[in-house]
Amino acid sequence: MAKKLVIIGAGMASGRLIEALLEKNPQAFEITLFNPEPRGNYNRIMLSPVLSGEKTYEEIVTHSDDWYAENGVTTYFGETVTKIDRDAKTVSTKNVTMSFDSLVIATGSAPFIIPVSGNDLNGVMAYRDLEDVNAMLEASAKPNAKAVVIGGGLLGLEAAAGLKEQGMDVAVVHIAPHLMERQLDPAAGFLLQQDLERRGIKIHTNGFTKAILGHSTVDAVLLEDGTVYEADIVVMAVGIRPETRIATDAQLHVERGIVVNDAMQTSDPDIFAVGECVEHNELLYGLVSPLYDMAKVLASTLLGEQAAFQPMELSTKLKVTGCDLFSAGDLDEGDDREEIVFRDAVRGVYKRLILQDDRIIGAVMYGDTADGGWFLQKLKAGEDISDIRNTLIFGPNFASGAAADPLAAVAALPLDTEICGCNGVSKGDILAAIDGGANTLEAIKAKTKASTSCGTCADLTAQVVQIGLGDDFVLPQKETICKCSDYSHDDVRKLIIQKQLKSIAEVMQELQWETSCGCASCRPALNYYLVCAWPGDYVDDGRSRYINERVHANIQKDGTYSVVPRMLGGITTPNELRAIADVAEKFNVPTVKVTGGQRIDLLGIVKEDLPAIWYDLNQAGMMSGQAYAKGLRTVKTCVGTDHCRFGTQDSTGLGIKIEQKMWGAWSPHKFKLAVSGCPRNCAEATCKDLGIICVDSGYQVLVGGAAGMDLRETDLLAQVATEDEAIELACGFYQLYREGAQYLHRPYKWIAKVGLDWIKEQLVDDLKNRKALADRFHFSQKFCQVDPWAERASQGKEAHEFQPLADFTKVAAE
Amino acid sequence: MTNFVDIGAVEDIPVRSARLVKTHGGCIAVFRTASDKIFALDDKCPHKGGPLSNGIQHDESITCPLHNWVFDLNTGAAKGADEGVVKTYDIRVEDGRILLDRAAISLSLVAE
Repeated sequence: MAKKLVIIGAGMASGRLIEALLEKNPQAFEITLFNPEPRGNYNRIMLSPVLSGEKTYEEIVTHSDDWYAENGVTTYFGETVTKIDRDAKTVSTKNVTMSFDSLVIATGSAPFIIPVSGNDLNGVMAYRDLEDVNAMLEASAKPNAKAVVIGGGLLGLEAAAGLKEQGMDVAVVHIAPHLMERQLDPAAGFLLQQDLERRGIKIHTNGFTKAILGHSTVDAVLLEDGTVYEADIVVMAVGIRPETRIATDAQLHVERGIVVNDAMQTSDPDIFAVGECVEHNELLYGLVSPLYDMAKVLASTLLGEQAAFQPMELSTKLKVTGCDLFSAGDLDEGDDREEIVFRDAVRGVYKRLILQDDRIIGAVMYGDTADGGWFLQKLKAGEDISDIRNTLIFGPNFASGAAADPLAAVAALPLDTEICGCNGVSKGDILAAIDGGANTLEAIKAKTKASTSCGTCADLTAQVVQIGLGDDFVLPQKETICKCSDYSHDDVRKLIIQKQLKSIAEVMQELQWETSCGCASCRPALNYYLVCAWPGDYVDDGRSRYINERVHANIQKDGTYSVVPRMLGGITTPNELRAIADVAEKFNVPTVKVTGGQRIDLLGIVKEDLPAIWYDLNQAGMMSGQAYAKGLRTVKTCVGTDHCRFGTQDSTGLGIKIEQKMWGAWSPHKFKLAVSGCPRNCAEATCKDLGIICVDSGYQVLVGGAAGMDLRETDLLAQVATEDEAIELACGFYQLYREGAQYLHRPYKWIAKVGLDWIKEQLVDDLKNRKALADRFHFSQKFCQVDPWAERASQGKEAHEFQPLADFTKVAAE
Repeated sequence: MTNFVDIGAVEDIPVRSARLVKTHGGCIAVFRTASDKIFALDDKCPHKGGPLSNGIQHDESITCPLHNWVFDLNTGAAKGADEGVVKTYDIRVEDGRILLDRAAISLSLVAE
């Protein structure tokens, strides 16, 4: 009969233990799991991406309730074990008592709260579990909310970056002279500080917290030097201490942690412990990789196999998008030690290796950490590096002579090279899984657990799989912006803001573009992202625009152009029509056509004539209709209440008002609108990017239609009562799309990606946000609402575009 | 007599732009790259006749504005999977002036 195994704590170590037991022998134990948190195991190290909004909680759950049920694990979630009775071999909570044959304590650790006055005020929190993250997210929703993070270590900085990302004003108070002093040396700490400050995070080093001020809730943090930082929340991230109370009460041997031997056994032979609550050989562990090792060892022990836990060298990476740092081993200076340092101040790159007896004993890198794994490998192996010392700092590509092909470098790695640090998966493990029949990346990840925790080794894992599977394997294509870069559109947009990049050259430099000046795909995308991110600040680069946008007309198949003047809401006058007729005659325009967007198109115009035609149209009061733009195109209207016997509102007037506000705007793709005066919908608003249908009680604002290669009906965003609300909602929606969508995605594609519900949350549920978006749009429009035709027709802008450099057709033949 | 004819100053072409030299045989596109190199090619894509001078320049390549074929400015050859060659012309820069092979103009005259 199966023995009874009780596990206290459902954290990452215990999760891995259960997996290992089930894999080795699913029948051996009847498992009961207690957890004080009201849920099972999730990937706690990914809380930072949840805080910064890059991931959702659902994405980081590793073991769902269903999983426990399917695997026959009895769970008591939200139940705290209060007592272990070693004689009776039972554990008790408030509600139940459960007997065990073997007991595992996996209570983890508790955040250390510094003993200053005010540390019990509302708004003071740790950064440990999902409750903390939710509390932070809630606080960040308040406008102008301020946070103080006490502790500039790994966890504190991830919290700070996440809170900043959520729009809070963040200050970090750190007791040491530089950040992450346990993992970084002063130089790397300084680069990190610079990067964080550039994002607007205040960093106060040598900062000693004197008191947390406030009555019932926190108001501010007072430092010993007299500095006061206002705060709506205070996040304590100064360290953790093992959670050992239950073991102490049971009179097990406890020092700083619960003392275990190599087999993870406590002083009671039937009681075991794993994870952060454990002390092994006088050492405590807080990173996931050794905890997983402990879990594997304990699984063997419980099944009667011999296994011993061996501590190992650890490396650290900070999970803050855009801050690349790596640290491993011993970074202290010493008489018997030497160091190799590489600096590139312009790129913000710093690398330092600490050597002793021709072996790497420590490595720290900032800005470019691609070679971290290679150095760590040499460090762990204790490899003699004297032969390659001259070029060591330049990494494996240089050291091995040529191998610029990353696959060649990976192929050359020895089998015991660690690929996934979190899960202790070696190159050999992955290849063995392939030999064992796993033949897709997903299957191999499921089998080995490689790259399933922090995910920083995803590329490397894929490369090893590629080597193992050979030609059968196609490396999964991350959707990058283009072949010039490894970043996705979303990453690039995010980093432009975070790193305050303000020119195409800067983006390419900072994000390590692989081509010297991009290509015809990425340049227009980058130009748009910069136009959108820095209105009034960024200087538009015409050389990075498609020809239509560069010369403000639509190129046709024979190289001639078409010209469409703007007619707000599709309304024109005899005077405008006369001017159009005159221009058509004067310039022998071969085709004059009425467009689908209620405008008039003059087709077949040679490029050199464009400025002169624009001049004549300008004289009649007309400006560019931007019929060529990835931007606002047209607002179609019906005649509404002016003439129509069915019209419910002034649809023509509303259409004109919206077009007046929106003309000239650039966006990821073209943006077409229509306003219909009643549900008969003569303006065909239900297949537009944004449509409005007037009804007796107000205005239905519809979004995400398409009538091109894809045909799609709009969805209702919201119905509003007044014209002003309809305009604000339209502008807010346009700005949300402008700020979020990937270049060349129409709104319906973007909506499919982010979800209509999310858009409603932003614009319908959150009126402040709607207004803020509309305000940002209007601000941006200040710089966009300049008629590009007038600039070229009357002010000589870009004259070179329209005149030949030399003309030999007028020279008589020699 | 020199075999080259002065068609203008390097400064007359903004960086990463192109301008046209009109001849009786058609237009020649003169490109100035980011690194100030000058190239001269027929302003006509071998695919569907697109005016290459209107494309986006990157490194020493030009992407046709009509259907995104990419050509090497040095050789005029299409890059990637597409096949086709654009005629190139000898061109040089002396003292900031751009000199075009006279044959480029007279050839077109002969062709008439």
